[in-house]
Amino acid sequence: MTPTAAAHSNCETCPAHAQLAQMGVSLGKFDYLVALAGNPNTGKSSVFNALTGLRQHVGNWTGKTVMRAEGGYAFQTLRYKLVDLPGTYSLLSASEDEEISRNFLLFGRPDCTVVVVDATALERNLNLVLQVMEITDRVVVCVNLMDEAQRKGIEVDVRSLSRDLGVPAVPTVARTKEGLHELVQTIADLISGAVISKPVHPSHPPELESAVDELVPLIEQSAPGLPNARWVALRLLDGDHKVRQALLSGELADLESQQSAPIEEISSVVALQGRQ
Amino acid sequence: MTAKVADPKTVLLRADHLRRQIGDDFRDRIVSSLYADARRIADRSVRIGADQKWDWDQKVDRIVTSPVLGLPIMLGILSLVFWITIVGANYPSQMLAEFFFVVESTAVDLFTDWGVPDWITGFIWNGVFRGLSWVVSVMLPPMAIFFPMFTILEDLGYLPRVAFNLDWLFRKSGAHGKQALTMAMGFGCNAAGVTATRVIDSPRERLIAILTNNFVPCNGRFPTLIMLATIFVAAAFPPAFASFAAAGAVVGVVLIGVGFTLLASWLLARTVLQGEASAFTLELPPYRRPSIMRILYTSLIDRTIFVLWRAIMTAAPAGAVIWILANINVAGVSLAQRSADFLDLLGFAIGLDGVILLAYVIAIPANEIVVPTMLMIYMGVGMMSDVTSYDEIRALLVEQQGWTMLTAVNLMLFSLLHNPCATTIITIWKETRSTKWTTIGALMPLFFAFAVTFAVATLWRIIA
Repeated sequence: MTPTAAAHSNCETCPAHAQLAQMGVSLGKFDYLVALAGNPNTGKSSVFNALTGLRQHVGNWTGKTVMRAEGGYAFQTLRYKLVDLPGTYSLLSASEDEEISRNFLLFGRPDCTVVVVDATALERNLNLVLQVMEITDRVVVCVNLMDEAQRKGIEVDVRSLSRDLGVPAVPTVARTKEGLHELVQTIADLISGAVISKPVHPSHPPELESAVDELVPLIEQSAPGLPNARWVALRLLDGDHKVRQALLSGELADLESQQSAPIEEISSVVALQGRQ
Repeated sequence: MTAKVADPKTVLLRADHLRRQIGDDFRDRIVSSLYADARRIADRSVRIGADQKWDWDQKVDRIVTSPVLGLPIMLGILSLVFWITIVGANYPSQMLAEFFFVVESTAVDLFTDWGVPDWITGFIWNGVFRGLSWVVSVMLPPMAIFFPMFTILEDLGYLPRVAFNLDWLFRKSGAHGKQALTMAMGFGCNAAGVTATRVIDSPRERLIAILTNNFVPCNGRFPTLIMLATIFVAAAFPPAFASFAAAGAVVGVVLIGVGFTLLASWLLARTVLQGEASAFTLELPPYRRPSIMRILYTSLIDRTIFVLWRAIMTAAPAGAVIWILANINVAGVSLAQRSADFLDLLGFAIGLDGVILLAYVIAIPANEIVVPTMLMIYMGVGMMSDVTSYDEIRALLVEQQGWTMLTAVNLMLFSLLHNPCATTIITIWKETRSTKWTTIGALMPLFFAFAVTFAVATLWRIIA
């Protein structure tokens, strides 16, 4: 995205400007790590660019050919590192893109995950939101392309959406930076605990649920403190090789100990990812 | 590492046990409950006003991907595309052939007037140029009609629906459902289809998709099939039905190709490449209005010119090789004749003849030039046979070379099943980095081709 003069002046007059500063790659150490997920073509990159500015660090995911972009922003004196995950429709089928996103949510331990959704195709986009919410509780849904939805005569009741999902949802038009102030505020509130999320979990058929219920305690014993044992159980029931390996190698169990120490440098976490 | 109460291995054992109890539709059930929840939540928070595009898409999808109507609709569309191609390509082909023939004879006359040695004239005009003009006039018109229509279907978003309709068949045969998609790509170009198998993550299923991609006819082979269907199959029917019969024959060949893809996948999955089928999510993109400029560009520049150029690049040297083979005589018999005689017995066994097999050997670099190569060997360079129309091609093949319906049918089958072209073989090697799998990828189709054509020829001769 090329910044236009209009975009700059918008930025300077918007209320967030006083508190929000694009940090690009000059972030250095950061206080919080935020992951950006979403389907392809939802304006995820617009959100990313609007928050971090144009100076981003672009490289590859360790050992992969998929592009990885990261940047940063500061909000109310705190510094946030934003990692742009590959655009995916789901986290189930473990294509390279999906695997990267999933691993980052699981092993990268972001403090908050923003899922950018397309307001004009909410149903399709919610599939990913529901899957992300199975891995992590700390989710903010960014309902983007609100202007396009309006043009198409689609009304999205973001409050009802937020209530039904159990996580905060913020309407945005990333291209014009509308709603981005609310977005960064919500991210900050979620991390600080001012807003509490209680994600709903998809209700699977009873016989699946009972199998999950049987596995969850076992997994929790094997990897104490793991916050998403339910998700791990579902993956094991699906015969997911990567998750099996992570459990066998103790990587899942190790996650718990990482949680207590705040992550200062992302590189060590990514290295962990590259090892498997 | 933290202290553990439960050993990960016991957790996995338990998980595997539960997994077997649940059965293999686990993924489907998870995905459906996920989708049900997404729909429920979206329904509560979304109100749709005037724009009903999405509804439209869903209504169309319910019909074209329905379990009952999906396959018939697909066959109908496919037949229509071939029928339009066959009907539309006839005249332009004839005109092009006439034009090139005029150029050729004028040039030969000129060369003779200038006193250029016969062998140079022959080599350039009756060898190289005739090869080129054959390729252009036989292939260009069908391509210029077929590719835009193919691109429209692609642009509309119909191809993912085709994959959706066929996905269960592939899973039944122990392959990956996405193979339906890579197979659809193979109709465009097998080398592209082989590269497209990267979307399949499991190495086992990916190998199956790579090794069987060749069983669907690519753009290079469609003109051959269409020509044979037009000349032979159509001719056996009254003129009113001829074009329909020809289109039907091409559809039939395509279906046989799909059948062999499934059969070969099934055999591979049961023998050398055993394992579990993995699940996947296939998203059906919204229907889009095709953009005319893009279609014209993709179909004419990317496809037509690309395929034609490749054909020309291989046809020119092939034309030269044929001319040399036909004009170097050992003990009074040309090399071409000798090679053809050598292959004749094998050719006869599979309902073809030595010349056809020789043409296939010469055409290994590109399938596109099989028919022109064959015709050039038949005609030899000495005969200035004025072959300008499909009718005359048939006259040459049937009356002078003794072709029968069996020859045509088996040639279509052989063309469908035989070894991949050089480009595809190289692509298979690049994708697998394995000499073993590349060899199998090249020889397995050849084996199928010989086996099937031999069986058909034998049966045909017993019955007839």
